[in-house]
Formats: sequence, C-alpha cells, structure tokens
Amino acid sequence: MKKIATRQSYGEALVSLGKENDQVVVLDADLSGATKTNFFAKEFPKRFFNVGIAEQNLMATAAGLSTFGKIPYASTFAVFAAGRAYDQIRTSICYPNLNVKICATHAGITVGEDGATHQMLEDLSLMRTLPNMTVLSTSDDTQTRWAVKEIAKIQGPVYLRLCRLATPVIYDEGEKFEIGKAVQIGEGTDGTVIATGVTVAEAIQAKEELAKEGIQIRVLDMHTIKPIDREAIVKAAKETKKIVTVEDHNIIGGLGSAVCEVLAEEYPTKVTRMGIHDCFGKSGPAEALMKEFGIDQTAIKQQFEKA
Amino acid sequence: MKITDIIALENIANDIRKGIIRAVYHAKSGHPGGSLSCADILAVLYFNIMNIDPKDPESKARDRFVLSKGHCSPAIYATLARRGFFAESDLDTFRKIDSPLQGHPDMNKVPGIDMTTGSLGQGLSVANGMALASKLDRAGCRVYCLMGDGELDEGEVWEACLTASKYNLDNLCVIVDNNNLQIDGTIEEVAGMKHIYDKFHAFGFEVITINGNDVHDILNAFTLAKNIKGRPTVILAKTMKGKGVSFMENQVSWHGKAPNDEEYEQAMKELGGDRHEENRN
Repeated sequence: MKKIATRQSYGEALVSLGKENDQVVVLDADLSGATKTNFFAKEFPKRFFNVGIAEQNLMATAAGLSTFGKIPYASTFAVFAAGRAYDQIRTSICYPNLNVKICATHAGITVGEDGATHQMLEDLSLMRTLPNMTVLSTSDDTQTRWAVKEIAKIQGPVYLRLCRLATPVIYDEGEKFEIGKAVQIGEGTDGTVIATGVTVAEAIQAKEELAKEGIQIRVLDMHTIKPIDREAIVKAAKETKKIVTVEDHNIIGGLGSAVCEVLAEEYPTKVTRMGIHDCFGKSGPAEALMKEFGIDQTAIKQQFEKA
Repeated sequence: MKITDIIALENIANDIRKGIIRAVYHAKSGHPGGSLSCADILAVLYFNIMNIDPKDPESKARDRFVLSKGHCSPAIYATLARRGFFAESDLDTFRKIDSPLQGHPDMNKVPGIDMTTGSLGQGLSVANGMALASKLDRAGCRVYCLMGDGELDEGEVWEACLTASKYNLDNLCVIVDNNNLQIDGTIEEVAGMKHIYDKFHAFGFEVITINGNDVHDILNAFTLAKNIKGRPTVILAKTMKGKGVSFMENQVSWHGKAPNDEEYEQAMKELGGDRHEENRN
C-alpha cells in the first residue's frame, strides 16, 4: 500500500498552486525542510518569506500580506502555530477576517520521537473556537492536495492540520470532496466511526477487519472540523447502532467534542470518544504511540466487537 | 490636500487633541494620555506626508498606516474625522454599542483604518507584510507603523525588526511614541527598557530622533525617511504623555481614564475651545 505524509502532499500541492495563482505567497519559520514549503521556496523564491524562529511574527506578517490581496500560506509545526501564535491568529487574522491559510504540520502524537513538547493535541480545539475560522484536518494525500487548492478559493482564515507520519493513500486521484461535507465510507449499520486525519486509515482498516467477523460498520472521514457536517453526523446516529469518534488529539475540544455538540442539540445519542485522554504525549515511534494511546485500528475494532 | 504651513499643521494637531478629549469624554472611558502624545505625528502624517484620499479609502495605491498601539484609537479616530473620512460628530459614539468606533480600531468598521489592532506588539509584523506586498506588486506604497514605547516590551516587536531589516524594507517607516510612561511606571522602571536608539540601530534601522511634539521636526523626519534607501527607518519621537492638557501631561494616571465634566471643560478651554472650529468654517 502506498503511504505518504500529508505534509509531503502539502509541499507538492503548494508548488502546483503557486503556478496557477501568482497571488499565493508562502511563509515559514525556519522549518521549511520539515513543513515541505522548501519546494515552493525553490520554485518561487520571491514569493517565499522565511521569518526565522518567530511564529508570532509569522502569523502577523501573513496578515499584513493578505491586506494587499495576497493569499499567504503560513506554515510551521502545529504546536507553534496554534499554540505559540494563538493571539496573533485571533487578533490579527480571525477578528479582521483576513485571508490567511495556516497550514500546520506535525500535529498529534504521531510526531513520534520528539515527544510531548512537539505533539500538538489541542489545536483543533483552539482553532475551531475562533470566529471566522475554517478548520480542516485531512486524511490522505489525495484529500490534502485537494484541500491545499480548495482553501485558496475561500475568502477568510483557514487552519489546515497536517501530519508528519506517512499514512496510506485512501482516495483515488480525482475523488470529489467538499468543504463541510464528510466522506462516508461503507454502508454498515452496526456502528459508525467518525475519524479525522491520521485516524481515518486506521478506522477503515478496523472496518475491514470487523467485516470479516460479520460486523458491518461505516466510517465518516470528517476532514472539515468547522463548519462540521451536522447532517452527516445526525444521519449516522439515526442509521447506525453506535457512534465512536477517534482523533489524534485531546478528547476535550476536538472532533469528539464537536460531534457531541451536534448530537446533544439535534439527536441525543451516546458517543464514545477515542483520542488522547487529557494528558500529554511522549517520545516513541508513531505507530507504538497510536497503539499505547488507543487510537489505532485494534483499539477501534475493539469498540465494536461483541463482549 | 497637502498642508505645508507649520502653524496650520499645529492647529490641526490641536483639533485632533480636542477630538480625542471629546471622544473619551463622551465614552466615559478610553486612553487619552498616549493619544495626546501622538497627535502632532498623526497631524503631519495625514495632512502632509501620506498619500491618502478620504473619498477613496480603499485605494490600492494609498499609503498604509498601522496603529500598533491600538488603545490610542481616539487619536486615529479624531485624525480621520478631521481629515474627512467620517463626521466629527461620530466621535461622540466612541465605545458605545453599535458604534463603528470600537474601543480598539476595527478595519472592517471604520473607513481609513488599514489594520485591526489592540493586542500590543503585532502591528510591526503586519506593517512588514504590507511593505513586502507593496514591493512584490511594485505598488509604491509607503507603510507607517506607530508603536508605543511600552509596547517595545513585547518580544514580537524584535522578531519583526529582524524581518524588516532582512528584507530591506525602505518603504517602511516606524514611529515610536517615546513618552516614557506605561501603566505601571516609566518604561525603565517597569521592564528595564532603555537605549532604544541603540537597539533599533543594532537591528539595522536608520534611526532619527526628534521632538515628537514639534511639527517642524516631525515633518523633516518623515521627509528624510522617504529618501532613505535599502533599510527601514524608525523615528524615535520624544513626546510627552497627555501633551496639551496641563493636568494630563506626564501623568501616568491619565493613561486610561476619561475626564469628568469639570476636567472636560478645563481641557477644552486649554485647547482653545471651539476657536479652531470657527477658523475652519
């Protein structure tokens, strides 16, 4: 199975976008080799700005560029984007509703060996609470390439969550996506796994394994965290016996919380939230951490197996 | 409209001060001290230096102004009103519900406001972004960023100084309103802030020190800055907090409070009441 990290897809798609749209500019904070904005920098050196290890400056500079009609893509690790530069994103980007695309790589425990300081588990929570912000968390190469281009068409701030770990390519080239519309995979009625980012591939594998045991579930790939697809969530709650959410993020404030908010208001349903249970991550190989923190296919599968 | 006469510019600065007192008095809150200290700078910028047109506030080719010390919104509102971007009577709505004149400037609500500000330390980065964009587009815009000296405590300011210098942003002119006071005391007492000239110089800026309450000095400095190539300029404007209203001058207690009825009368009297209004009409 072909595997590719979404940060890699991002870096490559940016170059393609840069060729199509000369208003696109890219900013980085001394991580261009890791965020993969170095591809763009090589192709379009005049439209690339490295501001050094200065994430607050990164975000507010992007804001200034956008007031001239530029479409800035600002990249750094998720922990420094959503965390360190939160106030700049809030006050200089979201409040004035400026057209800045924050593309944050290295989200979640799947960062691996760098450990807790670099494993951002709160960004979906922080970013989706900001008015005017659109929040995306893509699951594979195809979807990420689509998202990188699609968000240039939205007027306003976007947070795109990307990952370091190479994960399976789920979708064929040319698959159609829409911001705010979840992708339903499978028709099973024994349960639904609502996943986002790196956990989507895990959920799909769990679904396939469960099918062998006669348990038919479906997966909702929730690539848009905000605005969340309320309709798809309610439909899943109505049509399937169990709702499980799974994310490489704290269970507080992220996908699981967003799903619970919708169901509490529209179709009260019991929800099991899988994710990082309000603790910090730690160093180790990404796959081992996914297993230990209970967000891999085995953990997902266990949620649906009969006791 | 480009006013070159020094007396006329001084009169405009005085009008701006009246506008500041008027806005803060009607709002019953706000920040008069740091607004009064920068009134002369704004008068020169908006009535002589900047390429702007109140009839076309969104013009792509205009010069940009970022009030990084956003709490001094009364100063920019009074300036924009005096320049004709909106009615001077609107100043009475400052900070009131449904007024476009928010406590801190909102670029989407007020014509002439080029950036939303309020959280200190972010304006210079934004101004850098504007200056970079102008250079990319060969738009020929100059970008002005007014910061407080207390604001220099913020680390992002110095991150932004690196960027301004790295990209040789000679279309950027920073003004530090160096009134020496912040909320808890002098800038040196509170945060150990000193040697501001040396700091900017070391970051690669051309530094021009002036009396920031002297219109003639200000005019010369901005004119000089336009001709400096290859690096950004900072104008270190030595000012007096509360300038123009005797009991507010150099008083940290007037950083963020409104005058009562009696103080309002006194302040307006000192600023010449409606004398300049009549002169203009």
